[in-house]
Amino acid sequence: MTEPATLSTEPGGLPASRPWTRFTPIERAGRWLLLVILVAAVVLSIRHVEVIPEFLWDAPAQMQDLLTRMWPIDWAFYLDGVHQPLLETMHIASLGTAMSILLAVPLGILSAGNIVRSKPLNLVARLLLVASRSVNSLIWALLFVGVFGPGALAGTVAIAFRSIGFVGKLIGEALEECDTKPVEALQATGASPMTVLLKAYWPQLSPTFWSVALFRWDINVRESAVLGLVGAGGIGMALDSTMNLFQWDRVSLILASIFLIVLLAEVLVTAVRKRII
Amino acid sequence: MAPLAFERKPLVWLGWAIGLAYLLFAAAQLDITWARFILGLDNGAKFLGRMFPPAILQPDSMARGLLESLEISILASFLGVVLALPIGIFGARNLMPSWVTLPIRGLVAVCRSFHPVIVAIIFVKAVGFGAMAGILTLTVASIGFIGKLFTEAIEEISPKQVEAVRATGAPFVSLLTYGVFPQVMSRFVGFASYQVDSNLRNSTMVGIVGAGGIGGTLFSAFQRYDYDFVCAIVLAIVAMIMVGETGARWVRKILGVDARGSDD
Repeated sequence: MTEPATLSTEPGGLPASRPWTRFTPIERAGRWLLLVILVAAVVLSIRHVEVIPEFLWDAPAQMQDLLTRMWPIDWAFYLDGVHQPLLETMHIASLGTAMSILLAVPLGILSAGNIVRSKPLNLVARLLLVASRSVNSLIWALLFVGVFGPGALAGTVAIAFRSIGFVGKLIGEALEECDTKPVEALQATGASPMTVLLKAYWPQLSPTFWSVALFRWDINVRESAVLGLVGAGGIGMALDSTMNLFQWDRVSLILASIFLIVLLAEVLVTAVRKRII
Repeated sequence: MAPLAFERKPLVWLGWAIGLAYLLFAAAQLDITWARFILGLDNGAKFLGRMFPPAILQPDSMARGLLESLEISILASFLGVVLALPIGIFGARNLMPSWVTLPIRGLVAVCRSFHPVIVAIIFVKAVGFGAMAGILTLTVASIGFIGKLFTEAIEEISPKQVEAVRATGAPFVSLLTYGVFPQVMSRFVGFASYQVDSNLRNSTMVGIVGAGGIGGTLFSAFQRYDYDFVCAIVLAIVAMIMVGETGARWVRKILGVDARGSDD
């Protein structure tokens, strides 16, 4: 982008015959085309999407109705029906994260082009990682409820499968950015591939690894709180059953407790991140 | 004693041991045992057997669902971007006094703290079943994500240009357009394109609670045990999201926006 500017000040050259423009004609055409496509997409969507305006008008009344039903919060229900599922949710998030790390590390290594020097293998690993990320955790949960039946096991495996793509991708990228000097130094001593991984790559990888793991655990606490809606265990099951029974004062209690554990998880992650990274 | 090339750290090992013990405890609490896992794999084989070959049992409802998901994500991204721009500005502590930033930051925090499915449940109650609830849900999610990151981006800008523009006596709008936007616009576009991607992923899921899109079709197929149709829908979702991810990457390329970051 600085090229036209240097041309104009070239000693002995002609005074700038070309006016300075920020973009080349092709870049400008691309931007225009993009704008047209985006506007067209929005306009077409507005015209086509099925929205019933009458439902919008009574939304405030509906919300007011909902809030009055939710208040006062049924605190007494906490010990009976919320505490245990809440703990279960945390366990699902932690176990799911651990399982995803176990599966994601090999895939991440396979996807890193500087470690596994085989384009087809890299591609397969990347495809698996993308597939894992493309399916939403609720949809994974739906599938695993079919496999394992309703319960926490389905939720844990769903969380793990959804997280593999995220963790594996970031680990693979971090591995590709590693400095090659320690690697070559160790290889020159005749170290085995495992030693190279552990002593040359791992020390460079570990800050990224821990921050990715913590970040994903934080996300997973949020996600595992809703998996129960499709029967995959945790607090979401309690949410689902209280909603089906229209016990809105208990729903508000459950929402409040989800809010609280999400907040706690975030505070915990921030504190741990400060200490170890 | 000769120093070790790689020192041993007993505390680190203790940490690993405690972590492992917790995971075992959690597995025991959840009643996750090897036997159940194996039993599940047995069921899983049956389940997979019924999923393949995938079959599109109701092409109409599948096409409508996919299109509706796409529309939900486009409109929610549009609304989210339009709303997140002022919200991001009003939340920046270097531009606004604290009586403005505090409520705005609170709003963004509330938008971020609930999972889209929970927001969707509330909106389904408020505006009824259908695409509207999905659009509103993902708009809220977009405001939470773009709003937070955009505010942080504005707070990181160099104050020099802002002060220079301010010193000329320029009004606030000129301050924004000449002092602030040139420094953050490319990051804003980057956040927005990630959010489009994320909205597309989530628009396939909000249908499970009745907020429109392919999720509803998927859930009803699942409840009817039409697992081959479920498989076809999941494959279609994966394909749509991969296309969307590629599209978002193109947009970033055309606009010359920094392409690194987490696209989750």
